[in-house]
Amino acid sequence: MRTRKLSGLAMVGLLSLTLAACTGSQNQTTTAATEAVTTTGTTAAGSTEAQTEEKTSAQESEGTADLKGSITMAGSTSMEKFANALAEAFMEEYPNVTVQAEFTGSSAGIEAVLGGQSDIGNSSRSLKDEEKEKGAVENIVAIDGIAVVVDAANSVDGLTKEQLTNIYNGTIKNWSEVGGSDQPIVVVGREAGSGTRGAFEEILKLEDACKYANELDSTGAVMAKVASTPGAVGYVSLDVIDDTVKPLALDGVEATEENIKAGTYFLSRPFVMATKGEIAEQNELVQALFAYVYSDEGSDLVQSVGLITAE
Amino acid sequence: MHETDNSILLSKKKIPVVEKAAEYIFTACGLLAVLAVFSITFYMIWSGTPALFKVGILDILFGTVWKPTGDPASFGILYVILTSIIGTGMAILIGVPIGILTAVFLAETAPPKLANAVRPAVELLAGIPSVIYGLLGILILNPLMYKLELKIFAGSTTHQFTGGANLISAVLVLALMILPTVINISESALRAVPKQLKSASLALGATHIQTIFQVILPAAKSGIMTAIVLGCGRAIGEAMAITLVSGSSVNFPLPFASVRFLTTAIVAEMSYSQGLHREVLFTIGLVLFAFIMLIQIGLTRLFKRGAMEND
Repeated sequence: MRTRKLSGLAMVGLLSLTLAACTGSQNQTTTAATEAVTTTGTTAAGSTEAQTEEKTSAQESEGTADLKGSITMAGSTSMEKFANALAEAFMEEYPNVTVQAEFTGSSAGIEAVLGGQSDIGNSSRSLKDEEKEKGAVENIVAIDGIAVVVDAANSVDGLTKEQLTNIYNGTIKNWSEVGGSDQPIVVVGREAGSGTRGAFEEILKLEDACKYANELDSTGAVMAKVASTPGAVGYVSLDVIDDTVKPLALDGVEATEENIKAGTYFLSRPFVMATKGEIAEQNELVQALFAYVYSDEGSDLVQSVGLITAE
Repeated sequence: MHETDNSILLSKKKIPVVEKAAEYIFTACGLLAVLAVFSITFYMIWSGTPALFKVGILDILFGTVWKPTGDPASFGILYVILTSIIGTGMAILIGVPIGILTAVFLAETAPPKLANAVRPAVELLAGIPSVIYGLLGILILNPLMYKLELKIFAGSTTHQFTGGANLISAVLVLALMILPTVINISESALRAVPKQLKSASLALGATHIQTIFQVILPAAKSGIMTAIVLGCGRAIGEAMAITLVSGSSVNFPLPFASVRFLTTAIVAEMSYSQGLHREVLFTIGLVLFAFIMLIQIGLTRLFKRGAMEND
């Protein structure tokens, strides 16, 4: 009897401990989990060690294990997702290097790199001539392409820049005004703060002037809404286009990677990581970072955040 | 086995330890809930008030322009507050009568077999995740609404077509979602009415329907009020389902306008927001929190007083 009671009590205690662990920060939970894995995995320790050794030797062969220090980036908020992903992946590759990224805006980022406060200035636009004169070098690391999509049954195949602008600022309200059938236009967009929305409005010079009928908080939601609503128009990253929607040609140019790289499709912008002077003149940490960006892994990273590689 | 172990009296020394430990655990569990409420309240006030003073209380609460990323930014949430109030009110107006009548059906008029089939269905309705309601809303309700919208506003040049994502869609989804809460609690309240009251009423010659409306429902009033309060809380706090069907643009809450609720305002923009924008989102959270507290405390008080006067 007593032992049963005691064991019941122990279980209650265990439960409350578990609860405590759950309410604790995620870090703690992760640590606990890691510890658990370490203790239970003693039998598999041999293989783990072998793996670690393999990894270390691989790093040594590339001559990278001895890199140590920190890199600072500042600039575009639109590049936040990309910059954070890059910083994370790079720090995983080089455990002794820390990459700090601040998001202060493109112009502020370039000023920071010119002033020497940061190693790299992130800019989601091409550098201006006066910035280049001051010594900033434009290193395009990725291209952000945006497609304008309509529902698959829409008869309109393309829009001009002016038509697109007028649709989004509410001047054009019916597809018949741009050569389509007589049906109202349902204007779909993203929420304030979204990088895609920021880029779209910036390129069309419609900052906070769009009249959205739907402000959705994810690319997937925009795709679903446009696909299911006759007469809807929306914008999404180029990489998510599928058969459920129809991408429009803009100014007669199809939304394809080739056209974006050729610079003929206007709804795109470069992601620049500006340096003061050429990359070759930078310290070895920054050089390693650019080497990583332009490597195959870097290309995968660029694509994983929905961008187009620069080359 | 020792003799003492089989005794019905446990050793006197051991009892207090077990008993005390259990008591402590119960107390700790009880305190956890209280602690959570207090820490959440403190945190919401602490993180929600700074923006109130930075932007200005009146500018936030009574401003009608929501352009958090504009230059200059504008953080008026009056339309969002109105949407939450009107949307919740309409959902209650639609959902509560249906819910109470269903409860009457289950508790009084339904043949036992039918009641046993309906009750699990209602309980199942409560278990369906809110995102499923939202998905069904997108796939079924929005297209239907869009057809209605096209008929009503045919030829209109001023109406902004939303593709069926509007206040009515959100209200219908909310009304459906509060049904299980209202039905379950109302039914328990109706069943708790003493059988003598019903017997007495019937013995005096009242019909079954007269008995239900004149005797049983008034007697179950306080329980039904609890059901309404909880339904209200559920409706005003719901985010996932309505963020998918309401269109999520900030507009005055007209039936066919795309609208944003307090909850969806937070969900929609939290991911990419920063600086003052994020602080204002916390302020919206504080406003929502205040609303829920007001509903819980205010309505409960009101109904208690009403119930006491009735008794």
